[in-house]
Amino acid sequence: MSSPLISVIERLGRRRITRGVHPPDRKELTAEKPIRKVPAPETVIIPLVQHVGAPCRPVVGKGDRVYMGTLIGDSDAYVSAPVHSSVSGTVVRIAPHPHPTGKEVESIFIENDGEEARDPGLRPLIWQEMEPADIVQAIRRSGIVGLGGAAFPTHVKLSPPKDYPIDTVIINGAECEPYLTSDYRIMVERAEEVVTGLMIIMKALGAKRGIIAIESNKPLAIGRISEVAHTYDLEVFTLPTRYPQGAEKVLISRVLGREVPSGGLPMHVGVVVNNVGTAQAIAYYFRTGLPLVRRVVTVTGSIVANPSNILVPLGTTFSEAIKSCGGLTAQASKVIMGGPMMGIAQYTLEVPVVKGTSGILVFSSGEVDYEIPRAPVCIRCGRCLAVCPMRLVPTQLAKGAFVGNLEELERLDVLDCMECGSCAYTCPTKNQLVQLIRLGKAELTAHKKQQEGKAETSQSS
Amino acid sequence: MEAHRLVLSSSPHIRERITTRSIMLQVILALMPVTIYSVVIHGVHAFYVIFFSVVGALLGEYLVQVARRVQITLEDGSAFLTGLLLALTLPPHLPWWIALVGGLVATTLGKQVFGGLGHNIFNPALVGRAVVFVSWASHVAAGYVKSAEIGIASTSTHRLIEKAVDVANGASPLAAMKIVYDPSTSPLGPAGVPQGIQASTYYKPLLFANPWGCLGEVSAALLILGGLYLLAVRIIDWRIPVSYVGTVALLTAVIGRDPLFYVLAGGLLIGAIFMATDYVTSPLSRGGRIIYGVGLGLITWLMRFWSNNPEGVMFSILFMNGLTPIIDRYVFPHGYAKGGKKGRKSG
Repeated sequence: MSSPLISVIERLGRRRITRGVHPPDRKELTAEKPIRKVPAPETVIIPLVQHVGAPCRPVVGKGDRVYMGTLIGDSDAYVSAPVHSSVSGTVVRIAPHPHPTGKEVESIFIENDGEEARDPGLRPLIWQEMEPADIVQAIRRSGIVGLGGAAFPTHVKLSPPKDYPIDTVIINGAECEPYLTSDYRIMVERAEEVVTGLMIIMKALGAKRGIIAIESNKPLAIGRISEVAHTYDLEVFTLPTRYPQGAEKVLISRVLGREVPSGGLPMHVGVVVNNVGTAQAIAYYFRTGLPLVRRVVTVTGSIVANPSNILVPLGTTFSEAIKSCGGLTAQASKVIMGGPMMGIAQYTLEVPVVKGTSGILVFSSGEVDYEIPRAPVCIRCGRCLAVCPMRLVPTQLAKGAFVGNLEELERLDVLDCMECGSCAYTCPTKNQLVQLIRLGKAELTAHKKQQEGKAETSQSS
Repeated sequence: MEAHRLVLSSSPHIRERITTRSIMLQVILALMPVTIYSVVIHGVHAFYVIFFSVVGALLGEYLVQVARRVQITLEDGSAFLTGLLLALTLPPHLPWWIALVGGLVATTLGKQVFGGLGHNIFNPALVGRAVVFVSWASHVAAGYVKSAEIGIASTSTHRLIEKAVDVANGASPLAAMKIVYDPSTSPLGPAGVPQGIQASTYYKPLLFANPWGCLGEVSAALLILGGLYLLAVRIIDWRIPVSYVGTVALLTAVIGRDPLFYVLAGGLLIGAIFMATDYVTSPLSRGGRIIYGVGLGLITWLMRFWSNNPEGVMFSILFMNGLTPIIDRYVFPHGYAKGGKKGRKSG
């Protein structure tokens, strides 16, 4: 850090986003539950897409013997991440299977032999002795993606074009979604690995400054992380407890006072943001050589018998994950992958835990608002404008989307919406605001693509 | 394994507890002190006005919704609130049937003809009031009372003001002050203007017991209390009342009049706190709300000092209601990292 005066000036200049909402956090269900390793089920189902980007092709066939950590799917595409077996055993089937994002995805079924034998080819890596480019390559091989839920391949984030030097890496420990505590437990129990992960990322990017940002409602995590971080001259930033502090753009604005331009990425302001789980996974991979084959998942909800933070092999189905937490005490009415603000509702519990599964949240019928979408009824209270962290006009965007007015959507910057859902959360007339805006975004994007396509064909002809 | 079905919907999966109904109930609650106090000051007549105005508003909403074959939404509290707000802007001795018609007009012509809650351009209560004031001007004038008639003329301050109100041949302190400041307009000529009366004479009665005016004007203190409550529970945005009242006070001071008097007197406080803040008819954005409030203040000031009327709150609000769509069209938050500080670009 430079002089204290500069630090004070920087602090004053920070543009602080005070928007967002404050939903009840319900983290008490699992916050004090240490991460518990659960055994792998008899069969794991590993989808060939667990990331944003091109799907993998299987590199094993039916009947093949695999180990924990054996590469089973890969792709030549740049924006993609390989997948590995999370158990040792035999490939029994390769077939489409329901995926937590709602589609059916080609998946590899592996029968677990129960031996947890690691692939003999796995070797620890000494990152201190590696070149940045080699670190990035290694991270690609590890299959690590953003574990906060977005599942964007980490090696891509760590390879910004030369025009955009990265000066700061922020590790996102906000965990602003209600109910979820997996990041919190990782920070409390694996602080050393989180900090090591940050240092590996900084080395890969050549960044000088490393900051771990944690919401103020996690004092224990702040304490643990600070102890370790300060010995390496890294910073810990305390965020206010407010959703969506963990959204990249909000986080960067809050921590550094920099605004990511519309349509831009954090690298455009010299920043890369990674989740604490991702940082920990990177450190673990370099220490052991074991690729990303399991993750911490918060299984929670008032009808989960024993809400827990479990370390679970990827490919374990939701129903098995819930079973390992004592099962359910009542009929589930809604099951969500992720948190209640941005998570994805599931139609079956037979979907597998994937790299982006930060939580499995189960609601009983009494906890579910059963809403039938209707034309938006707006009393123009302005609450959605007041909470929107992107400074948009959600009510007008929703109306524009409802009637399909693409011009209006474009005029009001619909594509800047990051779908945090604060508008719909706070709406007193219970309009489907962010839901309609999602539709509007998709329609506008499709329309733009079509226009571009037309322009290209007319140019080439 | 599942024999039952899971609910599927797009996130978010949780909602804040606030509803339209809870908002309306909070506003009604904030109006209760002044409502009850108006009945204490004015007696049972005030109650009739309130009762029939509310009944009219509920009936108007109900009848149109039945005719349109849409869902009946009386339980959302908005029609009740419209009736109550209308009543508080009416004189206490208005015949009951006028209050009823005012209520009916408010929710039918003021609201339902536009498509119901959220679609009306003008504040429904003020539409009802405008119709009443234009259609039955003499009933309205006769509806105001003298403090002597309601038995609180005991203090010397009240007696002094009563004289001024009498001389002004009008009902309100605003009318009386028009004469005090401009004696040539007095019906009795300059000589008839009572001596020893100043704007500051009015402070105490206007704050705590003002019988000369509409129901809602009985106590500025109770209106402010209600406003503070609504600010505390975050139902209203401070920007509208503060910019409105602030503009009136500032412009009044600029022309050498007593700003405090002109803030406390007349319909400014009830208008600024409870009418101008009506969600449906005021701008959405924070910036738009400031523009709206300043516009309101400017028009009220113009009407109060440069028109024949002593008051201008109602028409200011109706006028600015009409401008709200255009304010919303041009004043809205311009997205993230647009217009404001740009992201730092290196390289």
